[in-house]
Amino acid sequence: MATETSTAEKVESGLPQLDISTFGHQIFWLVVTLIVIYMILSRIALPRIASVLAERRGTITNDLAKAEELKKAAVTAEENYNKALADARAEAQEIVAKAKADIQADLDVAMEKADAEIAARAAESQKAIDEIRAGAVDSIKTVATDTAGELVGVLGGKADAKAINAAVAARMKG
Amino acid sequence: MADEAKGGALEFHPMDQFIVKPLFGDGGVGVFSFTNVTLWLALAVLCVFALMVLGTSRRAIIPSRTQSIAELAYGFVYQMVEDVTGKDGIKYFPYIMTLFMFIVFANFLGLIPMSFTTTSHIAVTAVLGFGVFIAVTAIGFIKNGMGFLSLFWVSSAPLPLRPILALIEVISYFVRPVSHSIRLAGNLMAGHAVLKVFAGFAQVTAVAPIAVLGVTAIYGLEVLVAFIQAYVFTILTCVYLKDALHPHH
Repeated sequence: MATETSTAEKVESGLPQLDISTFGHQIFWLVVTLIVIYMILSRIALPRIASVLAERRGTITNDLAKAEELKKAAVTAEENYNKALADARAEAQEIVAKAKADIQADLDVAMEKADAEIAARAAESQKAIDEIRAGAVDSIKTVATDTAGELVGVLGGKADAKAINAAVAARMKG
Repeated sequence: MADEAKGGALEFHPMDQFIVKPLFGDGGVGVFSFTNVTLWLALAVLCVFALMVLGTSRRAIIPSRTQSIAELAYGFVYQMVEDVTGKDGIKYFPYIMTLFMFIVFANFLGLIPMSFTTTSHIAVTAVLGFGVFIAVTAIGFIKNGMGFLSLFWVSSAPLPLRPILALIEVISYFVRPVSHSIRLAGNLMAGHAVLKVFAGFAQVTAVAPIAVLGVTAIYGLEVLVAFIQAYVFTILTCVYLKDALHPHH
């Protein structure tokens, strides 16, 4: 305390800034300070910050270039995709058309075959019907002759086979 | 502080904050003794080290907050040197950066209550100012030889006026270091003294609220002054350097 008041008294005559007795002290330590700061900045800090800034600038430039490249690749990929899509569509249409044609051809063949079969069956049936019809006429003739012979016999006449046959044939014709 | 309270209601010493006193022992102030000046200069060095070296130690591409501030300071001064002095001034950038970092940290450390403001002393700012003056004059003569003297010979003025202008230019040239150093010390000393005066008035109950408001307002102003004076000192250094590198008007 005593020293502080004595210092205060000593400086009371003027500004502490104008107390020449402290100038040497201040200047010495200031010069030391400036040299130390200069060393710190020029040896370590400034080169480091400069390199960091340069590195950042490089990274940003690289990233921009890479982004540009990727964008180009994306555009190419889209074009390829669209082209592939169009190709696939065209191919699908072709396949559909071909399938339709094949089916049509198969159908035509099958129809023809079926028609032929139907015609054959119809012919066969016609033949059978004709046979049956012919068979039926013969049977009727026999039955009519027999019946006529019997009737003649029952009615007391003498059955003349020849006359009966002729009569039946004449009746059936009519 | 204790002295003020003891001395009575309105007895305060706004200039006591500028007294250079030894931190250990009670001897006088010798050239190499350890005083509050030494302490606050050392703290300024520590702060510069912390910001510019520790803050950037990770060398991150995406910077942390501290690294951003360091890069901002670097970019600020670098841009200033490049804009004012041109490309050939860039090699003096580390020196100018040293000046700027020292002044800005000394000013801001001085704003801590109870601290000591090294840049409020004319002895400190005069070393800075005259250092710049001598360095710039030496660079001017080394780079341009006697051509450096054309700085004082305004060739765009009419011939009869030139000697008079030369005289004015020479005087203004030699006033430069004085104004350069007094501007910095004066601004800081005045601001801190005003702060102390307002703080002293805060002892009186009647005006205490106004005094506290005053202290707050002046403190805000002083924060601006601390940065602006560092900026002004640095940009004037750049301007003087430009004159030395390109003396022709």
